[in-house]
Amino acid sequence: MSFHSLEEIVSAAEQQKKPFFRIVLEDDMSERMVSEEESFLAMQAMYSAMNSADESYDGGMKSASGLVGNDGQKMEEAVKAGKTISGSFMGEVMVRALKMGESNACMKRIVAAPTAGSCGVMPAVFLTYQNCFHVSDEKMTEAMFTAAGIGTVIAERAFLAGATGGCQAEIGSASAMAAGGLAYLMGGGNQEIIHASAIALKSLLGLVCDPVAGLVEVPCVKRNVIGAVNAVSSADMAMAGIVSRIPPDEVISAMRAIGMALPCSLKETGEGGLAATPSAVEIAKKLISDF
Amino acid sequence: MNLFDIVGPVMVGPSSSHTAGAVRIGHIARRLLNEPAAKAEIFLHGSFLATGKGHGTDRALIAGLLGMSTDDERIPDSFAWADKLGLAYSFAGIELQDAHPNSVFMKLTGAKGRHLELIASSLGGGRIKVCEIDGLEANFCGDYPTLIVRNQDQPGHVAEVTSMLAHKSVNIATMQLYRDKRGGSAVLVLECDKEVPRESIKWLEKLEGIYKVTYLSLEEAKKESS
Repeated sequence: MSFHSLEEIVSAAEQQKKPFFRIVLEDDMSERMVSEEESFLAMQAMYSAMNSADESYDGGMKSASGLVGNDGQKMEEAVKAGKTISGSFMGEVMVRALKMGESNACMKRIVAAPTAGSCGVMPAVFLTYQNCFHVSDEKMTEAMFTAAGIGTVIAERAFLAGATGGCQAEIGSASAMAAGGLAYLMGGGNQEIIHASAIALKSLLGLVCDPVAGLVEVPCVKRNVIGAVNAVSSADMAMAGIVSRIPPDEVISAMRAIGMALPCSLKETGEGGLAATPSAVEIAKKLISDF
Repeated sequence: MNLFDIVGPVMVGPSSSHTAGAVRIGHIARRLLNEPAAKAEIFLHGSFLATGKGHGTDRALIAGLLGMSTDDERIPDSFAWADKLGLAYSFAGIELQDAHPNSVFMKLTGAKGRHLELIASSLGGGRIKVCEIDGLEANFCGDYPTLIVRNQDQPGHVAEVTSMLAHKSVNIATMQLYRDKRGGSAVLVLECDKEVPRESIKWLEKLEGIYKVTYLSLEEAKKESS
């Protein structure tokens, strides 16, 4: 990846009069020495793998620890029965985020985006958008490139792993990627794309990685929901003309600084935060004695 | 890191380090053994031991040993597949010295009787590293065709191996040399830019002072998974 900042992608897009996603796609072509068609098809395959993973959700499954399962189905029933107040779009987003997070915890096939723990955010937003607004697969693939481009800059300037940067690096990054892609789908230009992603990331800065018993289950599955919902509200804000007062690249650098400052106990070790609560300690004890 | 490290890979969950990485470790061990494994004694260290069961690390390692790749939907049922395919396995905990938290020590016996011991670590994001083979240090990630030669520590063996590679026009990407003691056992680990022909590996095996040659082929892995 030859981009170290979102600003670089934006200025390349402006200079060459090409959309944001196109700059990312062309970079992939030169990086991996592949044709435009190969690059595009590879990304389309990722999107269709997300779709298959969403469709193969099974509400009857339980994770190995027994902590996770069935919430996606519960949520779906509530949305269908009209019991939720956040609207049908948001309802569907929440359902999909829960389903994918649960599928991951239950050893189903998913797409790491950017990580396995945060695999529910992008599909929740993108699949729901396509379902509600009937956009072509091509356009969805372009949004995937947009999101992936944002992700590569975050990987370059900061990190994407909970073990290095906390949950902000996983769910925060996934949310920023989804927000940028969503702004593109909504007709946003370069500025809306990067400001949507900056607003999304800002809102999740400082989120720690404190998984109960060290497993990608609690609170990870439900954090996919906040990542997805936050991506939608951030894209809505950016499309309304609201900008991040702190430039997007500086927001990403702040995420890195915060991640560095976090103690190890809050970076995927399962030693601090929620993982250190009496209930979590009890769960962890029981799981270890089972092995 | 490329674009599809960011969006992707397609994998069976829940964890890129504890599940996908573990599948890759099992897979690499099988390829190094160069025959189907019949017996696997597996010792989990650190976070692999503490959280391995919940992450399916145990099932992932077995899946890899059976030749499955990281997106194989049979991974959760790999224990049943092991029974079906004749792989006997056992799990225990171990405290490895100076090892990465996500590490595993495996003692393998192949269907035709080959033995292999290795220590490998999962570094995050599905990336892995083989740290030790048959008790001697090694350090490679399995992204290149890799030749591991174990020989008596005496002059000439490095030259034999490298001239063979030169003769076959195989360029060396990285090269490492370790030994347990002067005149004892040595190991040479070579990551190459292209495949080493199998007949050259057989030739090496016959040389005096060479105890064992292990080879990790990328092409054979591709064939196996397709």
